[in-house]
Amino acid sequence: MSDHDYVPKSKFGKWFNDRLPLLTLGNHLTDYPTPKNLNYWWTFGGILSFCLIVQIITGLTLAMHYIAHADLAFESVEHIMRDVNYGWLIRYIHANGASMFFLAVYIHIFRSLFYGSYKSPREIIWIIGIIIYLLMMAAAFMGYVLPWGQMSFWGATVITNLFSAIPFIGEGIVQWLWGGYSVDNPTLTRFFTLHYLIPFLILGLVVLHIWALHVPGNNNPIGIDIKKPSKDTVPFHPYIVIKDGFALLMFTIVFAFFVFYSPNILGHADNYIEANPMVTPAHIVPEWYLLPFYAILRSVPDKLMGVVAMLSAILVLAALPWLDTSKIRSAIFRPLYKQFYWILVIDVLILGYVGAMPAEGLYLLIARVATAYYFIHFLIILPVLGSKEKTIPLPLSITEPVLEATLSSATIREKESLN
Amino acid sequence: MSEKKTKRREFLYTASYAVGAVGVGAVVWPLIDQMNPDASVKALASTEVDVSSLEPGKAITVLWRGKPVFIKRRTPEEIAEARAVKMEELKDPQKDEDRAKDPEWLVMLGVCTHLGCVPLNDKGDYNGWFCPCHGSHYDTSGRIRKGPAPTNMEVPKYEFVNTNTIKIG
Repeated sequence: MSDHDYVPKSKFGKWFNDRLPLLTLGNHLTDYPTPKNLNYWWTFGGILSFCLIVQIITGLTLAMHYIAHADLAFESVEHIMRDVNYGWLIRYIHANGASMFFLAVYIHIFRSLFYGSYKSPREIIWIIGIIIYLLMMAAAFMGYVLPWGQMSFWGATVITNLFSAIPFIGEGIVQWLWGGYSVDNPTLTRFFTLHYLIPFLILGLVVLHIWALHVPGNNNPIGIDIKKPSKDTVPFHPYIVIKDGFALLMFTIVFAFFVFYSPNILGHADNYIEANPMVTPAHIVPEWYLLPFYAILRSVPDKLMGVVAMLSAILVLAALPWLDTSKIRSAIFRPLYKQFYWILVIDVLILGYVGAMPAEGLYLLIARVATAYYFIHFLIILPVLGSKEKTIPLPLSITEPVLEATLSSATIREKESLN
Repeated sequence: MSEKKTKRREFLYTASYAVGAVGVGAVVWPLIDQMNPDASVKALASTEVDVSSLEPGKAITVLWRGKPVFIKRRTPEEIAEARAVKMEELKDPQKDEDRAKDPEWLVMLGVCTHLGCVPLNDKGDYNGWFCPCHGSHYDTSGRIRKGPAPTNMEVPKYEFVNTNTIKIG
């Protein structure tokens, strides 16, 4: 990389940069050599940064009007919706922003799964990503509690009770989390504090995520190691900036559609009823982005094992770089993995669907099969595939297949002219 | 360095770390313990309930420590049903006699032992309670019969202050 040779043009710039090399960092980010074959699935990193910033800004402004107290929280949210200038807009952006954040993160994760971006030397990037994902779930869950509606209250009750599955100390941990004998005001105030804190933790981890990314550089659709900089790369600015910007524009159209045309479609009507510890809603369902894990939780008939299965479903992802034993990154060159990949996508979608349905009869059976398959994919199929699969030969560089194609078509034309 | 000196240095390191660890623990514990139930929460430990208007077969739900408590005045049929159950059939074996001191009155936390939802009265396959969240069925003694809940609904500490009043807690 040319970072170390960078010298600012202006005299002041040079003076400043010698004392704090911010301009060197800026130069590194603009010149950063990026594989030139990155497709639109790679734009979700930028989109996710956007989502985080949107959540932080709208969250800060909401916090200026929200009151974290069991008696006042529900009313203060209605106050935001009805009285505060543009309060409805800010709250709808924040609430739907969470869903958009998860939509983008799922695409981002499944892109990594398809192109093998988690493989050596990018394991640390991947693990930091999984930690960010866990923190996102924690932040989303606690944020959902803050309006203190029926779903807030009972969602909080069910999720905190997961800890009671821990043998011996479980009950004590749950009371410690609650600050009482049930979800109540102390729970609300601490959830508000943590909900406020987590986005900044995520922000810090995002910096590490990008830092770790910039060491080996981006993976790319054909998943081969490339020389940087070379004819296989383009500078981040303007090429990737423009591509990311265009993708972000498309993404904000979807975002705006939800905010302006169906702001409540991803929520639950029950959450517009104030929290009542005496009545459980007939059907408790978490937000859509947690449904696959909820389905796994419910598919196990034992309480402790259900919780263990749900946590394992997330933690197995952290071990993915070592479970997938194939040296080939991109699914493009792995004909069998490509098929299993799509089966996994369908499996997760099915889990999401049954997670929203009552846990009985056929739904329960489907949930159990899908849960079993989820673990089979990671724990059996991937390790075995690494040695058994016959992969397609990799090109030597990103440009090679392109050049070869032009070369061969040129030869064909030559032959034709001869005839 | 002589061996004696090395040993002395190692001892000093270990001792310093140990003192440091105690110091860190002493600072961290208050920060952790502040999250436990506080004095004002603990102060609301008991509730008195007037049950004079409750007719046989009916149940009321009262709030105790932020949690619902079911008080059910059982009919003779319900008592008979609860007492006829064989212990082998139960996931969490407990005699009805141990759960209801006075067989007519069943007092228990209205909290599903699975994940803490409030079960619905007079529902489910065993004529007792049914939890709508994850499908746990309880019998007329509040014992788990079917579904993911691991244990029976908990019976809190309670007593009859007089014939009409129950004190919970």
